[in-house]
Amino acid sequence: MVIINIDGQDYQAREGQNILQACLSLGLNLPYFCWHPAMGSIGACRQCAVVQFQNAEDERGRIVMACMTPVTDGARFSLGGDKASTFRRNIVESLMLNHPHDCPVCAEGGECHLQDMTVMVGHRDRRYRGRKNTHRNQYLGPLIHHEMNRCITCYRCTRYYRDYAGGHDLAAMAAHDHIYFGRHTDGVLENEFAGNLVEVCPTGVFTDKTLVQHYTRKWDLQSAPSVCVGCAVGCNTMPGERYGKLKRIHNRFNAEVNGYFLCDRGRFGAGFVNSPQRLDYAAARNADGSYDAIQPDAALKLAAELLQPDNKLAGIGSPRASLESNFLLQQLVGAGNCSPGFSALDHALIPYTLQLLQQSPARIASLQDIESADAVLVLGEDVTNTAPRIALALRQAVRSRAFELAAELKLEPWQDAAVRNLAQNQRSPLDSYLSAESKLDDIARHCIRCNPEQIADHANAIVSALNGGTADSDSASDIARSLLAARRPLIVSGSGAQSAAVLEAAAAIVNALHRVNPATMISLSVPECNSLGAALLSSDVSPSIAALAERAVKGDIDTLVILENDLTRRCSPQTLALLYDNISNIIALDALDTATVSEAALVLPCATFADSEGTLVSSEGRAQRYFPVISTTLDRQPGWYWLLQLGRAARRDDFAELLHFDAVSAACAAHYGQLAAISAAAPLHDFVSHGLKVPRQPHRYSGRTAMRANVSVQEPRQTQDGESPLAYSMEGLNRDQGGLLPFVWSPGWNSNQAVHKFQSEAGGPLRGGSAGVRLLDETTDSSGSPAAKPGLPETGQWLLVPRYRIFGSDELSVRSEVIAELAGEPLLELNAADAASLGLGQDDALCIEGAAAIAVRINDSLPGGCIGFSAGYEATRSLVAGSRVAVSKAVDWASSRSQIISSDGGSRHV
Amino acid sequence: MFEAVFSQFRSIWRILGHSFSRAETVQYPEQKPYLAPRYRGRIVLTLDPDGEERCVACNLCAVACPVDCIALQQGVREDGRWYPEFFRINFSRCIMCGMCEEACPTYAIQLTPDFEMCEYQRQSMVYEKEHLQIAGTGKYPDYNFYRVSGLKIAGKDKGEALNEASPIDIRSLMP
Repeated sequence: MVIINIDGQDYQAREGQNILQACLSLGLNLPYFCWHPAMGSIGACRQCAVVQFQNAEDERGRIVMACMTPVTDGARFSLGGDKASTFRRNIVESLMLNHPHDCPVCAEGGECHLQDMTVMVGHRDRRYRGRKNTHRNQYLGPLIHHEMNRCITCYRCTRYYRDYAGGHDLAAMAAHDHIYFGRHTDGVLENEFAGNLVEVCPTGVFTDKTLVQHYTRKWDLQSAPSVCVGCAVGCNTMPGERYGKLKRIHNRFNAEVNGYFLCDRGRFGAGFVNSPQRLDYAAARNADGSYDAIQPDAALKLAAELLQPDNKLAGIGSPRASLESNFLLQQLVGAGNCSPGFSALDHALIPYTLQLLQQSPARIASLQDIESADAVLVLGEDVTNTAPRIALALRQAVRSRAFELAAELKLEPWQDAAVRNLAQNQRSPLDSYLSAESKLDDIARHCIRCNPEQIADHANAIVSALNGGTADSDSASDIARSLLAARRPLIVSGSGAQSAAVLEAAAAIVNALHRVNPATMISLSVPECNSLGAALLSSDVSPSIAALAERAVKGDIDTLVILENDLTRRCSPQTLALLYDNISNIIALDALDTATVSEAALVLPCATFADSEGTLVSSEGRAQRYFPVISTTLDRQPGWYWLLQLGRAARRDDFAELLHFDAVSAACAAHYGQLAAISAAAPLHDFVSHGLKVPRQPHRYSGRTAMRANVSVQEPRQTQDGESPLAYSMEGLNRDQGGLLPFVWSPGWNSNQAVHKFQSEAGGPLRGGSAGVRLLDETTDSSGSPAAKPGLPETGQWLLVPRYRIFGSDELSVRSEVIAELAGEPLLELNAADAASLGLGQDDALCIEGAAAIAVRINDSLPGGCIGFSAGYEATRSLVAGSRVAVSKAVDWASSRSQIISSDGGSRHV
Repeated sequence: MFEAVFSQFRSIWRILGHSFSRAETVQYPEQKPYLAPRYRGRIVLTLDPDGEERCVACNLCAVACPVDCIALQQGVREDGRWYPEFFRINFSRCIMCGMCEEACPTYAIQLTPDFEMCEYQRQSMVYEKEHLQIAGTGKYPDYNFYRVSGLKIAGKDKGEALNEASPIDIRSLMP
């Protein structure tokens, strides 16, 4: 800590910061535009000008940019002096010369950094009488709306998009005051993290198109701390609700997890919450197969009959349901009768992944750790499409070399332009063994394409090289050398390749490396938001779905409870037929209508992540709680609540004492040693901050006495929330509760930039601590070998490898309209030589094992003998990764490939 | 004592004097007083001079309202205009303060000199958009927000708004 003097007063500041960061950390309001805590300073916008004095005698001083000036002991500055404040006001005035009169019809209005800064500097009247420059907008896809007139040329968008996220198709074009930020032509932004432009842009050039269509101002959004359910990374989100609809997802800062950024699947993939396919009421099936909506108590009465004590029960849990729901299901039907609900391959792989993480002596990397790695080896996991936010973190990890070089020259890491110029293309090594191309290839040193079996072989070669042996290939010895030389090496793998051998090899590398370097880190991806939680709850006695089907055939199951799981995605139609034909009493709980729900005798409508609470375990082993942002409507209830009611209806004693969500959570924690910490993942329901619960609504929340007036002018009491520490109210203080932050706002700071007011220092972790608790930090010595490899069919010579897509492979996000639009059609990919041998062209299709034809794409990055299939699509459900199949060219195939992705043709926004 | 008695008589005299002055009582409702156009009474939504809906559903009236009696939802029309999908004022809560009118950036919401809002049912005090919308421009006959705003709508391209230069050809290198 050093002392700096600002406007005659001494303050303590941390060395290594810049003055802007120091001022913001001290709570002083200094306007800025181009600086971003995650992207550093370039001094482009000239907004954060302050006056620096040479010494106590110097009265004139000189204007410097605070973001470019390091904190030094005894430095003297003036923030509020006339010279600096006039300068800042003039800067805003010049930025506003061409700014259109758009605020009322701008989706940024009310959370606009430019508005905030304009008010902060005191600029009011436009003196310039010239004409305003105008621009034509571009169509940038169904996610992002472009309104170029509003630009203030701070360059944040291109710095984020190109430098931070590694995109190529957004650039600054033209010259002087003609400057234009856009693509070379209309089209969908290619980068998977483009949605962050909405938050990065300090004004309304890039706005959330899904929000603009049914817009609500930030002050009217009811928000709550939530966790993304798009993949297993567990990014923290802030969903916003108005009039019972989920309006948007914004990033919720968590220094250890997602920081300032989300991926587009997470940001735009929550539309399923508003889907017309949501289940509204409980329903019972009639004899003719149709369903009648029934009252909840009638449903529970019916359930009580199905769950009688002498009935043999079984349950299928879900890796996308919360820990609490899965736990209660397990309690209801018994651990030995409860399947975690994985697919056949995952049933072996996910618990194995968990076991490797538990046994690994190395630290399980959080996203923050990943960004700090200085040598990365990716084994078989296409993270851009399975755990996208990790890919963005890996892009920052390769910059470790740049920061090392900068440190040698005593350059501060926030000197963004200088550090990038210094490093040019020098990166920390990132090597990948994948079965096809990936979006990280541009920053990778070695990209080796081979099938999962070969990946394991290569990895074992690296292990022998790490152990001092010789590797059989140059690349393997090269990779081993750089991993050994690194200070914080990181191995990234996961269940994406659907191969236990790959996981085992990854763990072997980590173990070998950890003996040399205790700072070694591991990151293993799993497919769904609570895959790891479901694995933590399962044990050796947990049956697979197929095992349950066998029991059903034997008549050992009278009633089956299926929790938030679409079984058609998990197992073959044959297995399902066994289940459905032999079990007449199926109770299905789900939020959305699925093929599985249509098989049930009793359907109970569940809440989604947006209208329920629950705990999810991310791939990092972090238990995080999400809270409802919408109060439950119709007869929807959280899964855990339905299961509690089912337990009570069945007169189960152990359910009688569970009165609150917290009690369920605590029971789950008490039941499983590994989960002991989950109650501490978030404050309990009786938490109060400054005497009140934390408000979900900002203090300017409008329309409270009119929004329900069309139904009745008598105003009901605010919905009470007895299950969470949050209130459906604007009363209370949103301050310093860290992981419980429902929205960010601070006086004078209406935009998301207000988050620094909640941080321990600008860019640092939140005051009150980061959300969630890590569960797997202690190495356990659970014995066990890789679970038995399920027998994979080998009927042909073509090896099937899964190809994931950020839009389309995930179950829930694809039920959002915009994501479905981007998902495209399923494809089979193979390289040109293989395609030629099968006589296939770009417009042909393949039939696998005589099934329906799927379009072919020639992709030369695939190794020979492999066919990549789009994972998670309906047409490819029957394909099992790792199996070898026979294929034939489809006859009479008419390509239905759509060329342009655009729901609105882009015409409205150009 | 003399003073007190005098005061009594003076009061009686003055009261008697009023018997000959003009009555101030107005025979309301047969007789109606003049109310200035700026009087703060029943709220209306107006049209712009071209006959299009003025309200752009910016929500500023709703947030300015001290009793939170305005609720609306924005939508986007085919021609690019923002408009309120619904617009509701709960007049049983309204205090006729005029803050909404002051906040309105498009002169859409205006208060009128009509204050006679009496209902037997409170529910009838809830006005929806069709009850609020009038067929004219109200107090501000000339203002049209979209002629000033930079947003492109059907019939007004980029660069055609007031004080705007025509769109920049970014492929040109001319200064």
